[in-house]
Amino acid sequence: MRPLCVLCGMLVLVGCRQDMHDQPKFRPYRPTDFFGDGRSARPQVAGTVARGQLEEDTLLSSGKTGAAFADAFPVEVDEKVLRRGGERFRIYCSPCHGALGRGDGMIVRRGYRQPSSFHVDRLRAQPAGYFFDVISHGFGAMPDYAAQIPVKDRWAIVAYVRALQLSQNAAMADVPPDKRGELEPAPETP
Amino acid sequence: MAQTFHQSTNTLSKLSIFGALFLVLGALWVTVEVNRAPYVTQEGVTREQPVPFSHQHHVGGLGIDCRYCHTSVEVSATAGLPPTKTCMNCHSQIWSNSPTLEPVRASFRNDTSIEWNKVNDLPDFVYFNHSAHVNHGVGCSTCHGRVDRMPLMAQAASLQMEWCLECHRHPERYVRPQAAVFDAAYEPPADQLVQGSRLVEDYGIHTRTSCSTCHR
Ligand code: HEC
Ligand code: HEC
Ligand code: HEC
Ligand code: HEC
Ligand code: HEC
Ligand code: HEC
Repeated sequence: MRPLCVLCGMLVLVGCRQDMHDQPKFRPYRPTDFFGDGRSARPQVAGTVARGQLEEDTLLSSGKTGAAFADAFPVEVDEKVLRRGGERFRIYCSPCHGALGRGDGMIVRRGYRQPSSFHVDRLRAQPAGYFFDVISHGFGAMPDYAAQIPVKDRWAIVAYVRALQLSQNAAMADVPPDKRGELEPAPETP
Repeated sequence: MAQTFHQSTNTLSKLSIFGALFLVLGALWVTVEVNRAPYVTQEGVTREQPVPFSHQHHVGGLGIDCRYCHTSVEVSATAGLPPTKTCMNCHSQIWSNSPTLEPVRASFRNDTSIEWNKVNDLPDFVYFNHSAHVNHGVGCSTCHGRVDRMPLMAQAASLQMEWCLECHRHPERYVRPQAAVFDAAYEPPADQLVQGSRLVEDYGIHTRTSCSTCHR
């Protein structure tokens, strides 16, 4: 009788092994002791260019033509791009710049340096490439967003900033009469 | 010769055979329920983290969108955890002397990783994909709960196969409009089934219950 009990006990315990739950393979973020820094995801080897990293189009990847910032878009701007830009603006920019770009976002209210409003003549006169450059490389106290926002999305944001600058400086007379009924009140700044 | 056992033991032995059946079934039921218990599934368990990062503070209080930090959630299988640089976007200036944030600053200075403890952890034999869900109207809070009320992250669902399947069989009970996917405080409408069925059609969602959906 006793060996039988021990056998049953062992059978039950076998079920407690977690080999298939914790397989010796790497899932994202799983640490390793093989490399000194403990990361299983390896950084890109210096001096190599991965697929999609080749910067063939200088306007697209730097916002410049020659040495000067370009006032042109490397992507076609349509309503879809503007909507995408608006969504991305609210995710990545509005915490500091506010939903309308007035420089009154939540993080600024908690003590971050206050940026200038987008609706001043100096910034309205800046070419589109300038805004692209600020997103990609930062500006003064503003961090860069190159790692968080893909290039196409950065251009969509620039297009949206341009639309904001127009809309915040517009009068009712600029709106076609048949569209006036569709205007909504401005969203609350988060 | 007198009988060894009184006649009533006949009934008793029948009863005990009958009772044994219940005993076995009962034992099975207990095992199943124990397997579903939070003690086993880790549902509701909060994990200590190297930095007491609070979603309540950052999401609920400051209103930062999930995608500011979990940048890959719409395009890849993993949601992605923010690199230290993302924290420093703000904390280079905000609370920049706070001792609570010293591990973040040390990580930034020395280019080492902050080792967050994994909260939601599926077994390695299960395949999961975030982009397949968040692009089909399944909101973060359906699976992760009210993170905007969590001072420390806790696992909100059992993550068991029956939990995945409940939704894969009846997606109309859970899907929401695409615009509300990242809204941590979303409440389903009263006529969820009606609206849900319409969305399931609009988004082209199918019931996915074949084993190879998740075990591949
Ligand atoms: C963490 C807060 C923060 C976020 C998020 C942020 N900015 Fe800024 N931004 C600033 C600050 C602060 C300045 C002013 C920097 C200075 O004057 O030193 C600034 C300046 C700028 C300027 C230059 C203004 C000038 O005076 O020339 C532009 C353009 C700009 N930001 C665009 C953006 C866009 C587009 C995004 C979203 C991708 C964004 N910012 C996100 C904080 C932020
Ligand atoms: C300011 C950056 C930030 C924002 C915004 C943010 N998170 Fe997080 N999130 C983190 C960090 C850092 C961790 C890792 C530490 C932890 O688990 O608490 C994390 C962890 C998580 C986890 C647990 C991961 C695991 O280990 O299983 C979930 C789930 C999660 N976040 C969901 C969300 C959702 C949903 C939102 C939007 C409503 C959101 N997060 C917004 C930074 C952020
Ligand atoms: C259908 C359910 C579901 C939805 C919807 C969902 N998650 Fe998850 N999430 C999971 C599961 C399951 C895991 C654990 C994955 C694993 O262990 O491999 C997880 C893991 C995570 C992690 C840890 C890192 C990783 O990718 O493993 C983060 C961060 C996270 N989720 C954030 C989010 C955010 C933000 C959203 C909304 C945009 C979201 N999740 C929507 C189920 C979900
Ligand atoms: C968009 C800006 C922003 C980002 C990004 C951000 N934080 Fe914060 N964090 C804040 C603000 C603002 C506060 C102060 C909240 C308040 O005053 O209500 C804060 C507070 C904190 C605190 C509490 C500090 C204390 O001493 O009590 C911790 C801890 C913290 N953050 C950790 C992190 C970590 C870790 C990350 C990176 C995953 C991060 N934060 C990313 C804006 C940010
Ligand atoms: C609240 C609802 C819900 C929950 C919970 C849920 N799913 Fe899903 N899942 C969906 C929907 C909706 C789709 C999209 C189906 C489609 O594309 O037709 C999906 C798709 C998937 C896909 C991709 C299928 C494919 O071939 O494109 C995988 C893999 C998956 N789910 C795994 C899981 C796993 C594993 C879990 C549990 C940890 C889970 N899901 C929990 C709703 C859910
Ligand atoms: C929607 C996703 C999904 C589908 C479809 C699915 N599974 Fe699973 N399965 C899971 C998850 C998640 C787990 C892990 C459960 C846990 O951690 O307790 C699991 C675990 C298992 C286990 C291991 C149980 C254990 O306790 O170790 C087996 C066996 C299994 N599944 C078989 C199947 C079979 C057979 C099918 C097809 C009929 C199937 N699964 C379909 C998600 C799925």
